[in-house]
Amino acid sequence: MLTQRLLLSDRGGMIVLGLVLVTMILVPICNLLVPETSALHISTFTVTLLGKFLCYALLALSIDLIWGYCGILSLGHGAFFALGGYAMGMYLMRQIGPRGQYGDPILPDFMVFLNWKELPWYWQGFDMFWFALLMIIVVPGILAFIFGWLAFRSRVTGVYFSIITQALTYALLLAFFRNEMGFGGNNGLTDFKDILGFPIAASGTRISLFLASGFMLIIAYIACRYIVTSRMGKVIVSIRDAETRTRFCGYKVESYKLWLFVFSAILAGIAGALYVPQVGIINPGEFSPLNSIELVVWVATGGRGTLFGAIVGAFTVNYGKTVFTSYSPETWLFALGALFVIVTLVLPKGLVGLFNRTKKVASKNSSSNTPPENPVPTTDAPIKFAVNKSTENSISAENPVIAAAVKEPV
Amino acid sequence: MNIFSHKRYSMGQKDPNFGAPLDTTHRTILYVEGVTVSFDGFRALNNLNLYIDEGELRCIIGPNGAGKTTMMDVITGKTKPDEGSVYFGQQINLLELSEHQIARGGIGRKFQKPTIFEALSVYENLELATAADKRVWWTLSQQLNSAQKYRIDEVLIQIGLAEHRYKNAGSLSHGQKQWLEIGMLLMQNPRVLLVDEPVAGMTGEETEKTAELLLSLAGEHSVIVVEHDMKFVRSIARKVTVLHQGSVLTEGTMDQVQNDPKVIEVYLGE
Repeated sequence: MLTQRLLLSDRGGMIVLGLVLVTMILVPICNLLVPETSALHISTFTVTLLGKFLCYALLALSIDLIWGYCGILSLGHGAFFALGGYAMGMYLMRQIGPRGQYGDPILPDFMVFLNWKELPWYWQGFDMFWFALLMIIVVPGILAFIFGWLAFRSRVTGVYFSIITQALTYALLLAFFRNEMGFGGNNGLTDFKDILGFPIAASGTRISLFLASGFMLIIAYIACRYIVTSRMGKVIVSIRDAETRTRFCGYKVESYKLWLFVFSAILAGIAGALYVPQVGIINPGEFSPLNSIELVVWVATGGRGTLFGAIVGAFTVNYGKTVFTSYSPETWLFALGALFVIVTLVLPKGLVGLFNRTKKVASKNSSSNTPPENPVPTTDAPIKFAVNKSTENSISAENPVIAAAVKEPV
Repeated sequence: MNIFSHKRYSMGQKDPNFGAPLDTTHRTILYVEGVTVSFDGFRALNNLNLYIDEGELRCIIGPNGAGKTTMMDVITGKTKPDEGSVYFGQQINLLELSEHQIARGGIGRKFQKPTIFEALSVYENLELATAADKRVWWTLSQQLNSAQKYRIDEVLIQIGLAEHRYKNAGSLSHGQKQWLEIGMLLMQNPRVLLVDEPVAGMTGEETEKTAELLLSLAGEHSVIVVEHDMKFVRSIARKVTVLHQGSVLTEGTMDQVQNDPKVIEVYLGE
């Protein structure tokens, strides 16, 4: 019953999750067991790259949940990703111990360099893995709660919300750049040695991190499916389509938005935490507003409001980015901009919209008389990029994403 | 309009006890007394007094800008008035509550433009409107129970959409959307229904059906209908209130109202 609701009724999701699982099985085999001389061997570099993509996919999923289903366009989700990453980075820094360049048993190198004598209070506890895990969830969660509480309570919606999320991530960017903040300034946290006692650059560790990212993506996907197929999911879609009506149906719209936003921020934080040990560095660049906009482009490209579309988008765009930047780095930003324009004009439902078109015809024929088993709120109704279609006091631009993207030097 | 100056709504406020029977000892279910609302100096409502009896069907007419929609906004908590009081029964002060609390408490509102959840099916639209615990964590695991399913079936028949139950609400005709919205109000088991222009844009046949529907609802619910279509108002009205410039011009039967020189002046003077 529950499997039917969560997975079987979601063909696209099954295919995407299946592909992720197959990758998770094949990649470790091809990396660890197949000899390096074989054509089938996958290098540790590729493993890390794929692991990175899985983290991006998780991040994209968190955005799709709030944007695709609830119409909350956050252009600052990179901030939650980065905070999760910093929490993990702090743990990894503490693991270096006396092996740092300055050999201080407690203080990370940059603190010794700044002539600090003791560890700031907010670095306490990060030598314990469980504490770091807790912080990965708590820090983005609390920030999202406070921010969301203030914003949703004042009924800030649509473009206004998008703009203040940009401001949020920009403010954090500036704050983390400062050396006095105690997060390594613009160099960030790096030179990690090991995680849970395993050397961080070893193939085995990389494979484990890759697998952890994959599992986390699958768990998060199922959790998101649980939310969107529950009655709460329908309420969320209703908020997206007719906020005022939802309110007059007796739902406290603010609370729904708030909890969904917090959940999404936590997912983004976890993605960041898995990302950092794989790339080996976290610096304030992750907070840059442009990053957060790029995330939205992934989701739009993949197809919003489907969950699996976000995963497809994250993989496609990032693969494209990897290929592009290795051949002709200057043109990548143009390609990204062009991609977004094309998707908006030609593929409003993203890449998976192409796939869904055939599926929809098939399901229409069969569902005209019989009740669909736990009907899922589909987004087959034409998705506009308008963030908020509610009739009351919201001023939604036709295309806030583009409007916002244009601001940035894309 | 500056969105940041929008009124704050408390998020932690407790719901009043709507479960207790509503105190309507004087037969009046809704008291609107001395309500004044100004927007940038313009008085949308000016010392408005309105009393609605239990089970009454009341039509409210008036030229554009008479304050009909603002009045609904005040009753449903969307707009807080500058002065005056609005009571639901003898005890419940609606001005202290926010929109969702008022909706939970039994005042349903239909908008001028049909507002339904287009991405969901007709059935799901009614499911969402069902009177149930509507807190976030609860909806995560809630399923319809058999009494609620039965109620949805009842309402589907009442609004004439039984055969369209699995249809996407967005693909309904304009008239059907209006009915669905009325059906959604009914799912909340409301005591008072506020219906804003229910027959705007409807065909003659649809208008008739709507009139029947609204007449069948009166008695069990108090129904307040705001409408421009005089023919329609005549066909359903028992008591008519004429609003003009934010206050009540006159009240009475349709015939009384139509022969009232003040009303004639307001309408012909336009």
